[in-house]
Amino acid sequence: MSDSGVERIAAAFAAAGKRAALMPYLMGGFPDRDASVAIGEACIAAGADLLELGVPFSDPLADGPVIHAAATRALAAGTTVADVLQVAERLAGRVPVIVMAYTNTVLAAGVERFCERLAQSGAAGVIAPDLPYEEGGELAAAAERHGIALVPLIAPTTTAERLAAIAARASGFLYVVSVTGTTGERASDAAELAPLLARAKAATQLPVALGFGIATPAQAAAAAAAGADGVIIGSRLVRAAGEGGDAPVAVGRLVGEFAKALSASVP
Amino acid sequence: MALAHRYGPYGGQYVPETLMPALAELEAAWLEAWGDDGFRGQLAQLARDYVGRPSPLYEARALSARVGHPVHLKREDLNHTGSHKINNALGQALLAKRMGKPRVIAETGAGQHGVAAATAAALLDLECVVYMGEEDIRRQAPNVQRMELLGATVEPVTAGARTLKEAVSAAIRDWVENVATTHYIIGSAVGPAPYPAIVRELQRVIGDEARAQLLERAGRLPARVIACVGGGSNAIGTFAAFLDDAAVELIGVEAAGEGLETGRHGAPLSAGGRAGVLHGSLSAVLQDDDGQILEAHSVSAGLDYPGSGPEHAQLRDTGRVRYAAVTDAQALAAFRELTRLEGIIPALEPAHAIAWLLENGSGELDLVCLSGRGDKDLAEVLTLGEAR
Repeated sequence: MSDSGVERIAAAFAAAGKRAALMPYLMGGFPDRDASVAIGEACIAAGADLLELGVPFSDPLADGPVIHAAATRALAAGTTVADVLQVAERLAGRVPVIVMAYTNTVLAAGVERFCERLAQSGAAGVIAPDLPYEEGGELAAAAERHGIALVPLIAPTTTAERLAAIAARASGFLYVVSVTGTTGERASDAAELAPLLARAKAATQLPVALGFGIATPAQAAAAAAAGADGVIIGSRLVRAAGEGGDAPVAVGRLVGEFAKALSASVP
Repeated sequence: MALAHRYGPYGGQYVPETLMPALAELEAAWLEAWGDDGFRGQLAQLARDYVGRPSPLYEARALSARVGHPVHLKREDLNHTGSHKINNALGQALLAKRMGKPRVIAETGAGQHGVAAATAAALLDLECVVYMGEEDIRRQAPNVQRMELLGATVEPVTAGARTLKEAVSAAIRDWVENVATTHYIIGSAVGPAPYPAIVRELQRVIGDEARAQLLERAGRLPARVIACVGGGSNAIGTFAAFLDDAAVELIGVEAAGEGLETGRHGAPLSAGGRAGVLHGSLSAVLQDDDGQILEAHSVSAGLDYPGSGPEHAQLRDTGRVRYAAVTDAQALAAFRELTRLEGIIPALEPAHAIAWLLENGSGELDLVCLSGRGDKDLAEVLTLGEAR
């Protein structure tokens, strides 16, 4: 893994070819640390091109009930940031791992030290869902020094001026939040996604991935058809991971269905 | 012109991208409204005729005799709805109306802010949803009934310790979902910019009035100004008028809960340690080494919060304000003592300020912000009294 995280992310999107890249989200330490590694491996085996790995946080303002509850359980089980980085380390050799960490967990380690630890774990990128452009300069600079992509989010409410500024500093890919809301499964209207994706794609040369609210293979395929270069599946998979039974099998089966739908949607 | 976003290193806007345009819209709307004599006049008129401002400054003679020097109480407990919270809630509800937002949301701990927001919403015909932790719903039942009578929906919050921290988180998530139609009336001088600056501005009527009343009454400034600090809205509103009076000592009293040394408290400013991000701003917070926010503890639901307003963190660092903490037991004793001495039942929150005063005489004239009345706390205090 001599390539930087930024390069590995670019290669993963490129390797997905015409099919939109599939990026499952898993919560580190949920249902427990080893199970989250097994879930990540199952996602990769089922066709994941990249993985988003959540660091559980006590007060996750961007997350809806499913991911919030998973974080609460992971923390109650004693999951630490170090544990999650070990999960990253065990998965990062196979696909790029993007770590989603709330700002205070980054600040607790220190911005520089956090990026150093990410790089050591083999993570390719970082997403801080409560760190908007205005507050993100220090993390962007530190991430760049360590070859880590700081992936920014844009939302349906993001203005043209903000989009331009955010896109200019983006690294890895642009994460488009599909709904005005928190994470969670919901019905979405593909017709509303197309203009949002078009705005995002016009602002950057980077891949544009869509997340928040994508719960079914059909929604994923519709997002790809609407122009998304990648789709992120979160709450649906975290819900499956928490339903008991063989979590890696259950999540892997779902990821396989998403992968199939994305492949079928390639014209 | 813009509002303060940073207080030294503290403050900022640590929120999901979805909310950033709303914060900008709020700041622009606030600056435009606050610069408009019509808006200011409307708020001033309501403050006078509806809230009952100016609130009295009362020289508490029995309390003064007890501590051995004059003590004046700023009677925010006599405001309509029973606390200082109405000053902010009314201002923000008027702003929501002006911004064309038909719906307001609020968080509440003790219920005082929830009642104030529900009251302002009833007055201005706004839909109102109040998020409240289940534990606080239990210990502040009368305020829940009041909010519901006023037409608000009280949403129980079941996450975490089911208190104020989780109620704020739930309100922020609601705002993320409904930002187009909804204004979030945050209840304390916390949250992402521009909230701490707006709340401070709406609450500084407390300090401005008290300063003028004291100068007129006693012909002098106080030696000390004492106020309780949870998020810190009554304190910042009171202190704001005295920050430039270098001879006036300012004391913020936090909740030491079961004792600072037990870790079960609500005193992030007194406890010190690394600053952290909670609910959109960087300030003093209770957290572990990984940056996970810890649960606070206080007998007072309004001080049961692991964070603090960012300006307070700066005022601590510069030394302009001294922060101290008193325990649950001290606050409960002060609650009873003030009631017996003065016939004034204080809320458990300002009972902390009274408790500190009782143990720290100055020999000179002091001003204490009595931020709310204690009717809401009777059941809880009586239960705790029987339990010991």
